Amino acid sequence: MGLHDQNFESGGVIITKLDDLINWARLSSMFPMTFGIACCAFEFMATGTSVYDMDRFGMAPFASPRQSDVMIVAGTVTFKMADRIKRLYEQMPEPRYVVSMGSCSNCGGPYWQHGYHVVKGVDRIIPVDVYVPGCPPRPEALIGGFLKLQEKIRSESLMAPAALERLMKKNKAHA
Amino acid sequence: MPEFDQLVSIVTGACAHGCTVEQHSTPKAFRIQAADLLNVCYQLQQNPSTYFDMLVNVTGVDNGVEKGTMDVIYHLSSIPYNFQVALMVTVARDHAEVESVTHIWKAANWHEREAYDLLGIKFLNHPDLRRILLPADWKGHPLRKDYTHEEYYRGIKIEY
Repeated sequence: MGLHDQNFESGGVIITKLDDLINWARLSSMFPMTFGIACCAFEFMATGTSVYDMDRFGMAPFASPRQSDVMIVAGTVTFKMADRIKRLYEQMPEPRYVVSMGSCSNCGGPYWQHGYHVVKGVDRIIPVDVYVPGCPPRPEALIGGFLKLQEKIRSESLMAPAALERLMKKNKAHA
Repeated sequence: MPEFDQLVSIVTGACAHGCTVEQHSTPKAFRIQAADLLNVCYQLQQNPSTYFDMLVNVTGVDNGVEKGTMDVIYHLSSIPYNFQVALMVTVARDHAEVESVTHIWKAANWHEREAYDLLGIKFLNHPDLRRILLPADWKGHPLRKDYTHEEYYRGIKIEY
């Protein structure tokens, strides 16, 4: 949007597109849910420390799904956990985003062959926006995922709300 | 701590069906019959010269379909004497049942539930024998050598 480089002395009025304003607000304050299920959670925690400083993106972990915007699936998703994850996801308000962090939640990771208990990718239970590769990904990689997600949000439009389109497609399929 | 030989005499004395000593395992182990298990455990825990007051671990081993047996291994530790010993019990694979030792060591409760969950070994007189790791509606015992997983679990595909 380039607010800072514009002239502020224009009578306190800024002209911008509504889409840009909303997207800017959303991507500048993505609240991830405090939630981790395996070793990736430690990298997620490290991302929140002062060294990597998740706060500089306006992101702070929020300890409830009901007020969170982003779910970071940080770890191995077992079949026992799958129900819980789905339930947490369904409690989040729209618009909501999912970052799949690490090999396990991307595709089953090291458990892909003999892991009878592991869901081979969290995208089998909930829709995923950004996949972060790594085992576990370093905080830099997770931050890279956040930037990717911000990019995605930046290109959204009220005229084409993704969630609504998904819902309409689903209803059409049922009809 | 008494010498290992003394331990051998205590265990053999408590076994009505004979036992063999596994000298080269770590820790040294006794292979005993399932029928003697409770008595041996009770003696080892109660005897003031052994005093195995801690059950470290209960594990199960599937020896495969061809052998048709399963092992249940109990790791015991005596804290005052700083001494460890293991007990091995072999049970039939298609009739995997052994007495629970929960009333001797409370620690056995969850260990036995795990062995039941993953290997399907039944522990008789266990106070609460149900799955501990896998979901309650899971089918089969996955650490058995002949285990094959289902195609779907609650509508989620299991295969990669």
